[in-house]
Amino acid sequence: MVSLSQYLILAAALFAIGVVGVFLNRKNLVVLLMAIELILLAVNLNFVAFSHFLWGMSGQVFVFFILTVAAAESAIGLAILIVLFRNRRTINVDDFDTLKG
Amino acid sequence: MTFESAVFYFFSAILLGSAAMVVTIRNSVKSALFLVLAFVSAACLWMLLRAEFLAIVLVLVYVGAVMVLFLFVVMMIDVNMAVLRQGFGEYLPIGGLVAVLMVVEIALAVSPRQLGPTRIAASLVHAPPLHMSNTRALGVLLYTTYVYPFEIAAVILLVAIIAAIALTMRRRPDTKYQDPARQVEVRARDRVRLVKMPTEPKA
Repeated sequence: MVSLSQYLILAAALFAIGVVGVFLNRKNLVVLLMAIELILLAVNLNFVAFSHFLWGMSGQVFVFFILTVAAAESAIGLAILIVLFRNRRTINVDDFDTLKG
Repeated sequence: MTFESAVFYFFSAILLGSAAMVVTIRNSVKSALFLVLAFVSAACLWMLLRAEFLAIVLVLVYVGAVMVLFLFVVMMIDVNMAVLRQGFGEYLPIGGLVAVLMVVEIALAVSPRQLGPTRIAASLVHAPPLHMSNTRALGVLLYTTYVYPFEIAAVILLVAIIAAIALTMRRRPDTKYQDPARQVEVRARDRVRLVKMPTEPKA
């Protein structure tokens, strides 16, 4: 029998890996976005686990909305990435330090 | 060890291993593919939690749409990976420290002593089990209680579509396209000149 705390610790480990990904890939914008996806996945795993163990459907409804917003976020994020690459020919975060048009 | 916990540990190991590969591997394409593996194993864990609809949605929407978008972008942009990898290990000690501290703190907070089966069961309101499938239960909730947030979610998706297109669309100067406003503005006398001239007699 798998308990709730096992799922929560798994989600915590996944969240931590996502945070380490943000620390490690400070230059590669694409992998930064992927690390954010990992963090969101950890949060969703928490929601589903609580929904299962506390017998409520609201957690799963919340996961549904998080998936929607995360899909929108990554679509717009990648579009911005494309525009940046078109203008600067790089996706290095360090090169995006001039805030002018 | 029961079958359920064996499945749990199997997919958890794959999930954590592929997540670690996502953030450490050199090649961005492989990183995206490992993220696909992570999403699929997370979907299997959600199946284990009896959230079938969300598990399928995760595979269809995330693996099928978002990750394909990621792969398109990674393959479309041509970047110098050597520059992006500079200073890769620089933040590893501090990042690892933060991660270990985070996991230890959360594990202490949610340890079986705090949230174990006995503690949870004591605080549980024993709801009757649902006599319908997970998809049906979710659908009933979405279209009754949460119908207003559901509509807002649809608007958010519309905004995302329009924003993504508006950001990436570019007008090339050499592309030929119609401008309806200028087409409507045209007057006949700008284009056609009627000339009066005497008729010539037949020879």
